[in-house]
Amino acid sequence: MNTSKIKVVLAGNPNSGKSTLFNALTGLRQKVGNYPGITVEKRTGNCNLNKNSKAEIIDVPGAYSLYPKSIDEWVAQQVICNKKDEGAPEVTVVVADATNLRRSIFLITQIIDLKMKVVLALNMVDLSLQQGLIIDVSRLSEELKIPVVAINARKQEGIGRLKQAIIQADSREVLPSFFDVRSLFNNIIEDANELRKTKNDYDSFLALCLLDTNEDIKLNSLCKKHQFIPSRAQAQETIRRYKKIDEVVDICCATVKIEGNRSVTKWLDDVLIHPVCGYFIFLGVLFLIFQAIFSWSVYPMDLIDSLFTDLSVWVAATLPAGVFNDLLVKGVLAGLGGIIIFVPQIAFLFAFIAFLEDTGYMARVGFITDKILRGFGLNGRSIIPLLSGAACAIPAIMSARTISSWKERMITIMVTPLMSCSARLPVYTLIIAVMIPSEQNWGPFNLQGLVMMAFYLLGFLAALGTAFVLKFILKAKERSYYIMEMPSYKIPDWKTVIYTIVEKVKVFLFDAGKVIIAISIVLWFLSSYAPGNRFEKIDAKWAGKENAEIHIAAEKLEVSYAGIIGKSIEPAIKPLGFDWKIGIALITSFAAREVFVGTMSTIYSVGDESTQSIKERLESVKNPETSKPFFTGAVGISLMLFYAFAMQCMSTLAIVRRETNSWKWPIVQFLYMGILAYLSSLIAYQILS
Amino acid sequence: MQKLSDIAIGEEKIIESIENEELAQKLLEMGCTPGEKIIVERKAPFADPIAIIVSGFMLSIRKEDAEQIFVK
Repeated sequence: MNTSKIKVVLAGNPNSGKSTLFNALTGLRQKVGNYPGITVEKRTGNCNLNKNSKAEIIDVPGAYSLYPKSIDEWVAQQVICNKKDEGAPEVTVVVADATNLRRSIFLITQIIDLKMKVVLALNMVDLSLQQGLIIDVSRLSEELKIPVVAINARKQEGIGRLKQAIIQADSREVLPSFFDVRSLFNNIIEDANELRKTKNDYDSFLALCLLDTNEDIKLNSLCKKHQFIPSRAQAQETIRRYKKIDEVVDICCATVKIEGNRSVTKWLDDVLIHPVCGYFIFLGVLFLIFQAIFSWSVYPMDLIDSLFTDLSVWVAATLPAGVFNDLLVKGVLAGLGGIIIFVPQIAFLFAFIAFLEDTGYMARVGFITDKILRGFGLNGRSIIPLLSGAACAIPAIMSARTISSWKERMITIMVTPLMSCSARLPVYTLIIAVMIPSEQNWGPFNLQGLVMMAFYLLGFLAALGTAFVLKFILKAKERSYYIMEMPSYKIPDWKTVIYTIVEKVKVFLFDAGKVIIAISIVLWFLSSYAPGNRFEKIDAKWAGKENAEIHIAAEKLEVSYAGIIGKSIEPAIKPLGFDWKIGIALITSFAAREVFVGTMSTIYSVGDESTQSIKERLESVKNPETSKPFFTGAVGISLMLFYAFAMQCMSTLAIVRRETNSWKWPIVQFLYMGILAYLSSLIAYQILS
Repeated sequence: MQKLSDIAIGEEKIIESIENEELAQKLLEMGCTPGEKIIVERKAPFADPIAIIVSGFMLSIRKEDAEQIFVK
């Protein structure tokens, strides 16, 4: 039997509890996809309204109005007005923060005037009561002529009544406008309606107001004819609409003076955004986060590592030997293991960020850092992408969407990959362990730890420095603003935090994963095959000898396609202190930096004892010319600098392409990072060696 | 008429007008309409950005934008 399915759009202001309601309605039955043709992910989920009807819930980014100012808000506007999606939304649920009723009603009445079926979900009524604001819900429903349901998204209260209201709203008649825009602009709307073949006054008005984003010659000439200036009309309309809203709010709300309210937020702000303490607290929070990420995630990462090792061994032994076995173990499984190992770090970092965002602290960090970041062509909102970049640049770059200024958003996207992401960590760890002496100590700090910290700092400073340069290169398309709500502090909703983590990890696994696996397979091919019968010769040479396998693997790699490529680039990387073997590792880690570790361990697997660890193996490598250890501190620093700056991540490039909608930016990014990497390695090696 | 950027912390004023049209669009839709009460809640170092309270919520804006908002 076919049950009816209602298409429901979930809209609302930022910080209104929209995500919490979305999670409450759909649970884990949600998926993240893409809107056709545009770059923003679409969150949808299914929900059972009652026995006979289901709903497909579409979550749109938070917005204050249908006048978009950032890409996020643009998507919200497009979905609500149904410009991009197949099939119109049948019911729009607008989530309103009861403590900010006046502002929330603005968006609601705009949607009502688009002749949509609207349900108002009034969230956080308990909070508004605490603040002394009493809302007459039934009166509000009468005045707006739409169903109003008081809910508590966190405690999942009122969800049943909301579902009921959605079903009822779906079968309701379309209502008269809340604010008649014809009272201001009668003639032009008449003409625009005729031109657009519609009777929807407000839809025509919005089309006129948003003209600069859709070039319509006929509408443009209409504006000229009627001397209609979109920005001014928009301001006029907004002011008049708010006048009408104020009347409604006066009727439906009563305020009671309550002594000492807002005190918690006030008290916390005194400390957290104190001109001096605020910065120290922020640094402390950062320190705590990184400390936690590196020490806690070791356990799950070790576990994943050993699981994949066991699995590879098992698969290699169980399946019949041959090309397929080889491809599965050395291509697919190796690639898969290389991705999944980062999940713990990414999950931890995003847990912290989601937690801090949900409490309201992140808006404060933006407040105290905006002035500083602005000096570098960034914005207080850049702090989240930059911090997230320390886990993985992919979700970090996507979170730059909330930055409304084109220039500041571009700079943020361009410099975020310089932050030391978790894929650099295994590379740094290996290089430091082999090439930086562990005996040296300065007081409580040992040299290895200091080098690691220095490289994290270096990534951050390089990001700031590059941003500073870009500030003078990029031309601003518009003036930049930092207008951000600082919500009252809240205890975070654990469910929302967990859903955020799941979502970010999914994005990383699928977006990055696809590319990494594909490249792993290519690499496997390049290093497993060689022109002509070179492999057969090596097999023949070592036939019947002891410990032959490891020698065979190393010699085969040298003559393989990968080895040929490595040798052909050796002249270019020799001044950096690298040989052709490192060259292979550089090429293979173009797909993803962490591939370096695996490649190095294969290349340098020549040794007396096959049980040696990769660290011991690398330490025993001698420079053929001087017969001193090949991996000196100079090579180590040069190599680390290269990994710190070079854009060795296909997935990030793919995301930058998607987010900027052009190939120009990823190419520029790849080139500037490559040049920066090459030059800094060159200089460092030439000075140190 | 005074500029919002010149108002001391804790003072309560009424929004008179917003000069910059683009800025006005952004602030108006959030409810910062002429006639609304506005309180300067706190200022970041160098008085930039500043945090204001309008119709019950706190908002941070840059000093250069506060200079375009006139209050009385």
